[in-house]
Amino acid sequence: MTAISSPSETGVTRRGFLHALLHEPLAVVSLAVLAIVVSACLLSPWLAPYDPLAQSLADARQLPSAAHWLGTDNLGRDVLSRLMYGGVPSIAGVGLCIAVFLVLGVVLGLLAGYLGGAVDRVISFVVEILMSVPSIIIVLAVVSLFSRSLNATMITLGVLGSGGLIRVVRAATLKVSKDLYVDAARVSGLGGLRILFRHILPRLSGPIVIQVALFAGVALGVQTGLGFLGLGTPPPNPSWGGMVGEASLLVQVFPWLLVPSGGIIALCTIAFALLGDATRDSFATRVRRSSGRVPKRRPDSADVPPPGAGLLTVEQLTVHFGDPERPAVDRLDLTIDKGEIVGLVGESGSGKTVTALACLGLFASTAHASGHIWFGGHDVVTARYRELEEIRGAGVAYVSQEPMVALDPSFTVGTVLREAIRANRRVGRTEAKRIAIELLEQVRITEPSSLLRRYPHELSGGMAQRVAIAIALAGNPSLLIADEPTTSLDVTVQARILELLRTIRQERGMAIILVTHDLGVVADICDRAVVMRGGAVVERADVEELYAHPAHEYTRELLRATPSIAERAA
Amino acid sequence: MRILVTRLATSIVLLFVVSALTFLLMSLLPTDAARVILGTTATQEQYEALREQLGLNQPLIVQYGNYLARVFSGDFGTSIFTGEPVIRSIANRLPVTLSLLIPGIIVCAVAGMTFGYLSALSRGGLRRVLDVLVLVGGAVPGFWLALVMVSVFAVSLRWFPATGYVPFATSPGGWATALVLPVAALAIQGAAGVAKITRDGVLEAMDQDYVRTLRAAGIPRRTIYLRHILKNTGMQVATVVGLIFVGSLAGSVFLEQVFVLPGLGALAYSATNQNDLPVIQGVALTMTLIVIVVNICVDLSYLALNPKARTR
Repeated sequence: MTAISSPSETGVTRRGFLHALLHEPLAVVSLAVLAIVVSACLLSPWLAPYDPLAQSLADARQLPSAAHWLGTDNLGRDVLSRLMYGGVPSIAGVGLCIAVFLVLGVVLGLLAGYLGGAVDRVISFVVEILMSVPSIIIVLAVVSLFSRSLNATMITLGVLGSGGLIRVVRAATLKVSKDLYVDAARVSGLGGLRILFRHILPRLSGPIVIQVALFAGVALGVQTGLGFLGLGTPPPNPSWGGMVGEASLLVQVFPWLLVPSGGIIALCTIAFALLGDATRDSFATRVRRSSGRVPKRRPDSADVPPPGAGLLTVEQLTVHFGDPERPAVDRLDLTIDKGEIVGLVGESGSGKTVTALACLGLFASTAHASGHIWFGGHDVVTARYRELEEIRGAGVAYVSQEPMVALDPSFTVGTVLREAIRANRRVGRTEAKRIAIELLEQVRITEPSSLLRRYPHELSGGMAQRVAIAIALAGNPSLLIADEPTTSLDVTVQARILELLRTIRQERGMAIILVTHDLGVVADICDRAVVMRGGAVVERADVEELYAHPAHEYTRELLRATPSIAERAA
Repeated sequence: MRILVTRLATSIVLLFVVSALTFLLMSLLPTDAARVILGTTATQEQYEALREQLGLNQPLIVQYGNYLARVFSGDFGTSIFTGEPVIRSIANRLPVTLSLLIPGIIVCAVAGMTFGYLSALSRGGLRRVLDVLVLVGGAVPGFWLALVMVSVFAVSLRWFPATGYVPFATSPGGWATALVLPVAALAIQGAAGVAKITRDGVLEAMDQDYVRTLRAAGIPRRTIYLRHILKNTGMQVATVVGLIFVGSLAGSVFLEQVFVLPGLGALAYSATNQNDLPVIQGVALTMTLIVIVVNICVDLSYLALNPKARTR
């Protein structure tokens, strides 16, 4: 009796909601199915081929035929006609239930989200209670007390179910009312109610429709369930649940009767579920589906690493996400030699992160890649997963921009570090722990053994980045790819992390690709720089050369945008 | 730890709300307990005397106080219909319902997570098939599915008994065979919900930066999926499993009817038919206690799964 949805479904539409919904084929189909079922039932007095109560014992228990499309029941009554008439109490019941659910859910949810404070706390507490009440027993008590009144039962169910909607509307309201235009409306002196109903409510239609669709399925299940138990429409009048009940008595002799009655309930429930799913898809950004697998291109026999290649050689790498005309990386060539630090420079969207991840064989599932990335005799672009697992960690390692989200929040630093060590070196547990402490010392962490027991949320940004670097070093890689490793950190911490990278290079002779948009950082630690724009390389040069004589206009622009460098040049 | 304190506070309020609600509903009844017991043939004097005896003349709040006092001393009243103490009927029937609910939720969680994982990790045709199965499994009404299973596995194939319950103490084998179909019928619908949330959770987790970090460090796929992603989606799954357990209380009412299992749901059903309110009240409080226990288990799982919840 619970509608299930994840909290991320509370996105907000910017397009016309109905308009968007009607572009989802599944939504159109489900709405059409529901519309047909509802109108067939409501128009049953005119459309139904037979009187739903007319018995004809001679025609009892017939399978479907031209005369009786869905066959006949134990008393020879036409099943199709009974289904059509029997839908009316279900439609009325579910409709009433949804109305109560909607009014309570929307009003209380808006109030809690918009007013906040004590109102919010009281409403949230009520929701907590509503979500924990075993609604079926309350519904049964109401059935008993109100002498089987369908209305009383369905109103009760609507009240008990509204907790989920209140929660969703509250969350969405909180999110929307943080938007600037609501502030603007407030500043311009619009009243609270007007803001709520004119500006906030329309933007919540998506989450509300999802909840209503989910709950309609639940309500239909309970309504027909009560009918099945004989607590709904009294016989001989038809109802969907009651018809399943009648069919249950004939399971042994005439099982066909289960099909139409259960089928119509299932059909409607599926339509509700699909409508909910389609609504979510129509306004939420589609979940990117990656499973870390690369769309494979068969390795070619002619594919051999170029002679005299560096540590890592990228040849004509092209990556696009569905549109070959607009590649994220366009015929990129790049060579990294042992022990050098190369800056991969460009503004956001220039393809530098896609390139960096490609060097580890990490592609989004929507990506199409061609070209070669040679590393240790393997072509990363076509490598099998096993090969990639060998290359990653022990050959090429990666440090990302946001250290706080780059560490698994559910495991201690020590656990992940030991896993990374044991994935790449054949060592036992105690040895792995010793190496872990050693690695943490190398990234200049003062009390390594106590840090092993800490969780990521207990670390500062700088500490987390050091841990991330330690994890990257666990496999003793010959190439480290650092993707904007200092961008999200404080300025003082930034300098220390860069210093750390420089020391590591000296101690281990490890090559580093430093992805950055900051030419100041490049000037600080890189030997060479490769400037990217629109997925292609526009300039490559030694750092000194680049600053003294930038060849490309784009490089000059970037230099001018970096004040410290501009001064140095002047 | 705060999470558990909040939960306990909410639970106490919840018990009061449910008891007050059922009590209030009972007082709304046009005919009171005295009338139900005596039937329509009794004289007005007899009726008044019984009302006095049952305390029905006192103010509502006093009646509620008396009721609570009795409940705390373990006296849930007696059935209007059979005269049996409510607490005894509940004690007799609780094992039946728990034999249905507990295996049901375990099967539901395991099957749902397996399906969810398979769907998240597969692509193309297989994923579509799994998604359709999940959609249909979640949509067919449980009582109807149960009937279809009876028709196929009990009537046609004769693999399992169609109805009835065998106490575990009498015959463990008989107990298990009798429960296969009801447990399956209960689990399928919930499993669909678990599969959906697992699939979405796994897909979402796979796009997270921390998974990229683990991949980039060369940690094997198995470890990433079965350890890291499993634990990180665990909280979402546990929440949904808890909600489904609460929902399956409703399912048990319908299923106990189909399979003629003498459980709490069946008790509630017959009490509903007989307007036996003390029994309904008793079942309501018992079910609320079950919900409270489930919620506490879910909270404990948060504490086990999420290090942030522990420090709060």
